[in-house]
Amino acid sequence: MPKKVVSGNYAAAYAAKHARVEVVAAYPITPQTSIIEKIAEFIANGEAEIQYVPVESEHSAMAACIGASATGARAFTATSAQGLALMHEMLHWASGARLPIVMVNVNRAMAPPWSVWDDQTDSLAQRDTGWMQFYAENNQEVYDGVLMAFKVAEHRKVNLPVMIIESAFILSHTYDIVDMPPQEEIDEFLPPREPLYTLTDFDNPIAVGALGTPADYYEFRYKIEKAMEEARRVIKEVGKEFGEKFRRDYSQMIELYKTDDAEFIFMGMGSLMGTVKEAVDLLRKEGYKVGAAKVRWFRPFPKEELYKLAKNVEGIAVLDRNFSFGQEGILFNEAKGVLYNTDAHPIMKNYIVGLGGRDFTVSDIKTIAKNMKEIIERGKLDREIEWYHLKR
Amino acid sequence: MEIPENVKKRLSLPFEEHFYAGHTACQGCGAALGLRYVLKAYGKKAIFAIPACCSTIIAGPWPYSAFGAPLFHTAFETTGAVISGIEAALKAKGYKVKGKDGIMVVGWAGDGGTADIGLQALSGFLERGHDALYIMYDNEAYMNTGIQRSSSTPYGAWTTNTPGGKKHFLERRHKKKVIDIVIAHKIPYAATASIAFPEDFMRKLRKAQEIPGPSFIQLFAPCPTGWRAPTDKTIELARLAVQTAYFPLFEYENGKYKINMPSPKKEPKPIEEFLKLQGRFKYMTKEDIEILQEWVLREWKELKKKAEVFG
Repeated sequence: MPKKVVSGNYAAAYAAKHARVEVVAAYPITPQTSIIEKIAEFIANGEAEIQYVPVESEHSAMAACIGASATGARAFTATSAQGLALMHEMLHWASGARLPIVMVNVNRAMAPPWSVWDDQTDSLAQRDTGWMQFYAENNQEVYDGVLMAFKVAEHRKVNLPVMIIESAFILSHTYDIVDMPPQEEIDEFLPPREPLYTLTDFDNPIAVGALGTPADYYEFRYKIEKAMEEARRVIKEVGKEFGEKFRRDYSQMIELYKTDDAEFIFMGMGSLMGTVKEAVDLLRKEGYKVGAAKVRWFRPFPKEELYKLAKNVEGIAVLDRNFSFGQEGILFNEAKGVLYNTDAHPIMKNYIVGLGGRDFTVSDIKTIAKNMKEIIERGKLDREIEWYHLKR
Repeated sequence: MEIPENVKKRLSLPFEEHFYAGHTACQGCGAALGLRYVLKAYGKKAIFAIPACCSTIIAGPWPYSAFGAPLFHTAFETTGAVISGIEAALKAKGYKVKGKDGIMVVGWAGDGGTADIGLQALSGFLERGHDALYIMYDNEAYMNTGIQRSSSTPYGAWTTNTPGGKKHFLERRHKKKVIDIVIAHKIPYAATASIAFPEDFMRKLRKAQEIPGPSFIQLFAPCPTGWRAPTDKTIELARLAVQTAYFPLFEYENGKYKINMPSPKKEPKPIEEFLKLQGRFKYMTKEDIEILQEWVLREWKELKKKAEVFG
């Protein structure tokens, strides 16, 4: 299989090209820029036939993708932080109009103070927009994620947009080997989009997004939730098919690493989970029975998988590179909520790590492991939320 | 009633209707008339994008549509961007866009959605040169929200957030010249039009289809509800707006200005004739009217000069 050494951003651009996207509308923002630069280069070199709309804002980027997707095209964009926040209104529009747009968001901290570094709060703040969210651990997952995203999004029972999320710089600008299957195999996996309805049916014209009175609006929302439920099944199916075709299995919404006999586990999302796996190996050598659970899909949330996992461990250290002010880390909040009405109640502690690109290393994970072990032995939390790096 | 073919031939507008009865516009709505003409001009082979505005409601609630052509409802500030995306997708799919037999992509937005919140997306659309038409139907306030001033509201007008009262608080800013902002983008075709002059409007819609690139039409569309005017005065008000030179009809085509006034040799009527039919201007003093009159004539003079120099 052809392999390329590329950055996470280039992996995203190649994936968009290999997915044969038809319309790209995008606005530049650090650290997303090299995605759209690369796509522009593909077009300039005649390597891809894409209608490229260099819009005047991210709000318009999403609006243009919405127009394109409603017209039947496969639409793609990419953004980050402030740009994603500016799109917020249109994120709701994309899911409400049931349009399978795929967007790469490069996780970047929200200002002020200005920051361009890794932080998941930008994408997690879009939790309730009706977008599916996939967090990539490495450049390969960025590439694979984009290809799978279109297949999931365009599934007739889903028809919802997908956000593929990668870390600022740690992935976006760091080069790694990415395996890219031959185009004909990708075409076989991802055939052209076949939309149920488009704006080009002039004999049976449709009106999309008309006023929904209180007598109808409610059911529109329910249908989005039903589609999210379907998406759980479709994600696993598509992930399995991807594994059979390309030898990288994504049938699990939570990737488990050495959790079978684990006393406690680390749970988190995105690139930091690569570091965690490294630390798990080292900790196991030191006698710790630890494992890692990487939440790949945050929306739809993998409830069942989490339950099965939580039932078999004594403790979960939830690592959140994000925060919901006035509450706690967002993954921690979600995970606790899922388990409340179940019989799985491991000790759960929330570690707030790496905000705004603060380094989070193997030795930090070892320190957390020590703390978790003490908590489990004591059978009681020292505190529920720990701002791990705080300068004292 | 069956209309004989020889009568149909003599009609100055297409006979076919693609804007259907059952729409929910107010009585005497100028915008609804405008929509009727646009749909007559382009028939079924047009894709409409409509942001938050009166027409969101006029088109009908789900699952109804008064449009005989596809329609995408979109967010307030996004008309320019959404029509850009639709046009890009049509091209990606190999459709013919604009020109004879081409698909018309039409953004249909109110003055608030164009002159205020949608100005950025409009500018982007114009500057990038998409093959689509943007129509701003100008009823001079946020009518759907309940008559609040926009930057297209004229000097002296009452609106719910510039109410007349004991302290005499009225709109003190002149109408924003959106068409001039549009022309500053040097697009191939821009025009003003009025629902009182449908043949002129129809001719401009045809030109907007023929000429490649972005086109823009600012359509004067009175709102009896918001203007506090009788519902049978819509056409008369639109006509008076032109005859007073308050809203002159003109075209800008490939750098050239052309004035399309119905009686080119006549001097403009006094602005008061336009004002006096409407309740929204009732708080204006004699001095206020003079200020507005002076502005109208100054702008008219400027336009005539442009047509003279760049005609």
